[in-house]
Amino acid sequence: MTLLLICLALLLAGAAACALPLRSGVIGPYAATGAAVLASVAGFTTLITGAMQTVTLPVHLPFDTLRLGLDPLSALFVLLIGVIGALAAVYGRGYLAGQDRRKTALSWCWYNLLVAAMLLVVLARTGFIFLVAWEVMSLASFFLVVHDHEKSGVLRAGWIYLIATHLGTAFLLVMFLLLGRDGSLDFAHLAAAGVSASLVFALALVGFGTKAGFVPLHVWLPEAHPVAPSHVSALMSGVMIKIGLYGLLRVLTFLGPPPAGWGWTLVSIGAVTGLTGVLFALAQHDLKRLLAYSSVENVGIIALALGMGLLGIAAGDPVVSTLGICAALLHVVNHALFKSLLFFGAGAVIHATGTDRMDRLGGLLRLMPRTGTAFLVGAAAISALPPLNGFISEFLVYAAAFKAVSAGTHPWSGLVAVAGLALIGGLAAACFAKAFGIVFLGAPRSAAAVQAHEASLSMNGVMVLLAVLCVMTGLGGLWMVRWVAPAASQLLPPDMTTDALQTLFDMLGRIGYAALALIACAAGLYGLRTALLRRREVRQDETWGCGYVAPTARMQYSASSFVQPIGVMFAALLRTRHYLHAPHGLFPTGARLHTDTPDVFVQSLFAPALRVLVRLAAAFRDLQQGRTHQCILYIVATLLLLLIWHLG
Amino acid sequence: MRYALLHILFALAFAPLLAGVINRVKAFFGGRRGPSLLQLYYDLFKLLRKGAVYSRTTSWVFRAGPCIALAAVLLALVLTPLGTTPALLAFPGDLLLVVYALGLMRFVTVLAALDTGSAFEGMGASREVQFSALAEVALLVGLLAVAARVEAFSLSVLARQAWSGGMAWPSDAILLLVAAALLVVLLAENARLPFDDPNTHLELTMIHEVMILDHGGVDLAMIEYASALKLWVMGAILVSLALPLPTAQPMLNLVAGLGAIMVLALLIGVIESVMARLRLVRVPQLLVTAGILSFLAVMVAMR
Repeated sequence: MTLLLICLALLLAGAAACALPLRSGVIGPYAATGAAVLASVAGFTTLITGAMQTVTLPVHLPFDTLRLGLDPLSALFVLLIGVIGALAAVYGRGYLAGQDRRKTALSWCWYNLLVAAMLLVVLARTGFIFLVAWEVMSLASFFLVVHDHEKSGVLRAGWIYLIATHLGTAFLLVMFLLLGRDGSLDFAHLAAAGVSASLVFALALVGFGTKAGFVPLHVWLPEAHPVAPSHVSALMSGVMIKIGLYGLLRVLTFLGPPPAGWGWTLVSIGAVTGLTGVLFALAQHDLKRLLAYSSVENVGIIALALGMGLLGIAAGDPVVSTLGICAALLHVVNHALFKSLLFFGAGAVIHATGTDRMDRLGGLLRLMPRTGTAFLVGAAAISALPPLNGFISEFLVYAAAFKAVSAGTHPWSGLVAVAGLALIGGLAAACFAKAFGIVFLGAPRSAAAVQAHEASLSMNGVMVLLAVLCVMTGLGGLWMVRWVAPAASQLLPPDMTTDALQTLFDMLGRIGYAALALIACAAGLYGLRTALLRRREVRQDETWGCGYVAPTARMQYSASSFVQPIGVMFAALLRTRHYLHAPHGLFPTGARLHTDTPDVFVQSLFAPALRVLVRLAAAFRDLQQGRTHQCILYIVATLLLLLIWHLG
Repeated sequence: MRYALLHILFALAFAPLLAGVINRVKAFFGGRRGPSLLQLYYDLFKLLRKGAVYSRTTSWVFRAGPCIALAAVLLALVLTPLGTTPALLAFPGDLLLVVYALGLMRFVTVLAALDTGSAFEGMGASREVQFSALAEVALLVGLLAVAARVEAFSLSVLARQAWSGGMAWPSDAILLLVAAALLVVLLAENARLPFDDPNTHLELTMIHEVMILDHGGVDLAMIEYASALKLWVMGAILVSLALPLPTAQPMLNLVAGLGAIMVLALLIGVIESVMARLRLVRVPQLLVTAGILSFLAVMVAMR
């Protein structure tokens, strides 16, 4: 805990140093890295020892004291913030190198503040400090998103994010008011029961769901993440949206045993969010936008797992509940690892070519071998393929669902979970086959892609380290579950965990061996192939074009053609727009096809709703005409009313 | 344990025979004599002796793809039971590892296809990912139905207990529905008619064959062998769930299982002889139908 207070102080000092108009801004990334490393150490040791600590700082705040605490649930998120925060800072130093020094220094100021605010959110033990830290987190990330504000579209994306996150916070304010009815917002006293518990849960779903990206509250995600600098996208996608899930988990600990309806709600939200996320990810042509939608998908999987866990608790089934909660927490960790890796990879591509439009890229694996290989590991991991870590967490969700069906506790939700996950998994594999295949394989589709260069050593080092972590957490799923188990047990009834965990360990141990055997077998076969080809002729030639001898890079399958069949299958949801300039006449000169898949929830839910809101607001325009005496009249009238109310 | 090892040896030895049986049946229906039953073995040996030609566009992904694909299907084989003969490695949850190992095989094949930069292979890859996403739902939900009935989570236990209660409602209904769904999935995933035409080699209608256009020599041998093993793995799962093989003699069960797989190959040959390939727009509909059969099976199991 002391370590974490030092971290916070270091981060604030770093932020202050960057905000000063001096050259001290250069220490920003170092302060962030150092503090984040310290934080991850603190988080990890608490996870191992399972200790619970709280401190009350001698600061007087309105409503409450400043109380911070560290338990396994907080520690898990502290660990994530630390690891990804440190790696993103190292990467970001390379990524921002060469940009305007003043602008960079300011960006590091916000970065330090963001990491500090996220730490404070997960450490907060009173509602007041939680909300303040939450707000600082939102504002700091807003300023980070609009780093390149002079580019078109960046500010607009920033505003969308700012409005969405504040709407979410409004729900959280009401939620804390409901929770803290006896006057204190101290977490130890927060509680609710019956109808008001369900109301609190619903408010938490909306408030925290906006940050986490539950459909249809996800609309800010695919706007804000692509325009942010890539290390910021990685931190936001990998960690910050998970803070929303942390909030949900923390609130669940106040509410007592959940009724089955909450589990059902989360399973439905998860299935819808996952499927919508992966389908829109498939339809995107910009790499970072695709990754942002894929974060929506993964948040859906986490919600699905959490829903299974709550159903298990409601039914008193120790296996389903333990598997579900562990799966949710494990997927939080795994997604943080591979999604930040993928955003780092996308950043390296943008750095090298100046674009993330997939149809301008191609063949980058040969020019950027380290970035490409790391990205491939991330792509396979997020597609839940063995032997990588994504498979472990999805395996646990499946296991929970299979158990729920065969034990008959909640068969329908189990069926929804299995069918949903199977479809999401298949489509995610398609999505990342496209993301990696179109960008890194084949022939370059533009001059920029031909002249790409490998990223700097620090950027590459970060990516390779994350790729190694993906493999190691895939092989060591057993230890991963051991580490998240104390955090999971905070959400489970006390008598539920031990036996269920043992079955879990047995399964994951076998999977670890199987994964190791798979890697060894593939390596052995590669060795065999090399040995067989050693003394034989190995030639290079053109790709076989079925007799056509002058193929060009433009004839390759493109990002949009690769997913066109799936797009047709789900046309009712995706509503892809086609702009076709067809060839005409006997001697056609040119033809063009452009496709674009805007978010259906923006188009047919939020845009019409906002238009209605604007029309309603216009009716009140007469009240405010900018005349000073009118304003004074309002003030006097208000004061008079208050006076009458007070006296009467 | 001994019989499990024996099953793996049989699979490694006889998997290429399945293709021979299928082709022989098709030749019989076509009034031809057809290629030798051992034709795929000859092809594999020929390919293994060859050198290699690689496209200039390709990277290490193209070279590593076949090795990873073969390793993945070998892992699936180790986890697959045959009738009442349990798998070499059986644990709760192994069925997911089998499904996802086959998913890994598909993923690397698709990437290798995209690595060539050829429009044909891109087309095949695009279709493969579309159809497999639907097939995976039918497969997993079908296995869920049996798992719910047997209350187990391991393929070997499912296979042993699926028929232990004898033929009785609703077990037989579940198993029939699942068997129908799995047969559709098997045909789709193994590039058989009516989904894909293994005979045509340069047509735009193809899925699997077109993805491996640029592979040759040792790589192609690995892919062909991996495909044969994949047919064996999925056939073994289907046979294990759909056929009652309850004798007390493990050896007899193993032989019966082998016989059943060969009968399955005959059946595939007959299907290929009497059916035409579906139009590509119809393929998702058939796969969704298989998925619906699986859903029905789960609902029967939930009663």
